[in-house]
Amino acid sequence: MADLAAAMDRRRLVTLLSPAYLWLLVAVFLPLSAMLFFSLLTDLPQDAPDWGLTLDNYGQFLTNPTYATLLWKSLKLGVMVTLACILIGYPCALVLARTIRGRARETLFLLVILPFWSNSLVRIFSWAIVLRGNGVLERSLDWLLPFDIRLNLMFTTPAVVIGLVHSYLPYVILTSYLALQAIDDDIIEAARSMGASRWTILRRLLLPLSLPGLLAGAVLVFVPVVGSFMEPRILGGRMGTYYGTVIEDQFIAVYNWPLGAALSFILLAVVLLIIALASPVLKRART
Amino acid sequence: MTRAALPLLGRLWLALILVFLYAPILVMAAMSFNASPFYQLPFEASTVWYEKMSANPQILAAALRSVLIALATTLIATTLGTMASIALFRYDFPGKRVLQVLLFPPIAIPWLITGTAMLIFFFAVGIGRGTPAVIIGHVALALPYVIVTVTARLSSFDITLEEAARSMGAGAWTVLRRVTLPWIAPGVVAGALFAFAVSFDQFVVSYFLSEPGDSTLPVLIYTAIRKGFTPEINAISTLIITLSMTVMVLAARYSRLGGDR
Repeated sequence: MADLAAAMDRRRLVTLLSPAYLWLLVAVFLPLSAMLFFSLLTDLPQDAPDWGLTLDNYGQFLTNPTYATLLWKSLKLGVMVTLACILIGYPCALVLARTIRGRARETLFLLVILPFWSNSLVRIFSWAIVLRGNGVLERSLDWLLPFDIRLNLMFTTPAVVIGLVHSYLPYVILTSYLALQAIDDDIIEAARSMGASRWTILRRLLLPLSLPGLLAGAVLVFVPVVGSFMEPRILGGRMGTYYGTVIEDQFIAVYNWPLGAALSFILLAVVLLIIALASPVLKRART
Repeated sequence: MTRAALPLLGRLWLALILVFLYAPILVMAAMSFNASPFYQLPFEASTVWYEKMSANPQILAAALRSVLIALATTLIATTLGTMASIALFRYDFPGKRVLQVLLFPPIAIPWLITGTAMLIFFFAVGIGRGTPAVIIGHVALALPYVIVTVTARLSSFDITLEEAARSMGAGAWTVLRRVTLPWIAPGVVAGALFAFAVSFDQFVVSYFLSEPGDSTLPVLIYTAIRKGFTPEINAISTLIITLSMTVMVLAARYSRLGGDR
């Protein structure tokens, strides 16, 4: 009887779980494995019947310095955007979690993370409207300031950074806020009653206790920024060539899919390495 | 610094961030009602760009395709995701941790990598580009969000309710339909809204998987921006952002995201 129940349970378990995980297998995990295989090909089997295996695509990354330079440029962009998001977002999460209470907090929190759930492409486009030469930003500064000013931000690296910070800032605020909100008020009260200053409470209590949340946010910003291509294309113009845009070109313009797969796979390795490095601290966040 | 000044400074900071987040969107929306095709000021109110937009068959076709893809994604991802959440919640089995960790890659790996990998694989197995490929990709991206949302709702579910129903003679299907599903309904609705938003806003994966000339709205906008844009794009962008923000406000109300519980 117990065996029968167990067998029925097992069948139910498999029925409930397998559709979702088969879907993920076909749409995500098999493609990622297939990419490794394709990155080792000389030609696409559908284009050339005489395709073969080669390490040449990875060799190109090593011999042609352009790719490594661009990967480095993308990593630097990731660091810049992540730091900006932390410096801007963490104080904001601190204010939301520790000084604002009740309904106001709920509403403000929703307002802060709402843009994140709206179309990222549209938001980047809105910056193109604001930053373009003689656009809204320049006109308003002209009107506000007594002297002439020409920012010429459009199609520069700062424009790309502004757009990316706008896209990913809510991530840092969200994860830091959740970590800060979970801190017991009594601990803070106890510290205060023992004469700890605000600065000491921040440095010795709030910051260490919310560090896993902050780091989770940093990883969630850094990883997609390193692989970004749409934002640099729209806001960076000729300055906007990054590792991501080169991969995009291999698939959309040059049609060198094996090289594109190799470049994508190198990026995946970098991403996994970063997640692995951060995971000891992130694990602490979950317990 | 005095005691009162610091919270005030904090509030000011928060206000500045809200300006940073919303000002460009509001500027874009305002410009969609400006008559000048070159975004020139002074502002001259007009709905000409909305009229142009609604007379543009390409935009209308892409909008319809985007909505249909999002609805299909919502239906499939919500069904499969809810089933999986119930299984993950109710049963303990070896490998459960692994299955939960496997939800992470579709969210954490940059869409550029996932999108190009899907393109290669779908071509290799004969699915190729086009709407079916886009839906397969979107469902995979939406599934983790649905599972996480529904699981969160399930964690407050009292399993003894199911046992009580069963002890009174209800079958497994009746228990699911009359006890479990009504309880998790808000989580399922929130998960469905998340799934809709993930699909409707998705650009990168759609970009690699769309057939040229048969694209979704974000892909069409990207192509248009790169060719040099007109306020027509502002008009359609304003509509998109209004729609997706409305969907997310609804989702937040159902899932009570981040509020004081």
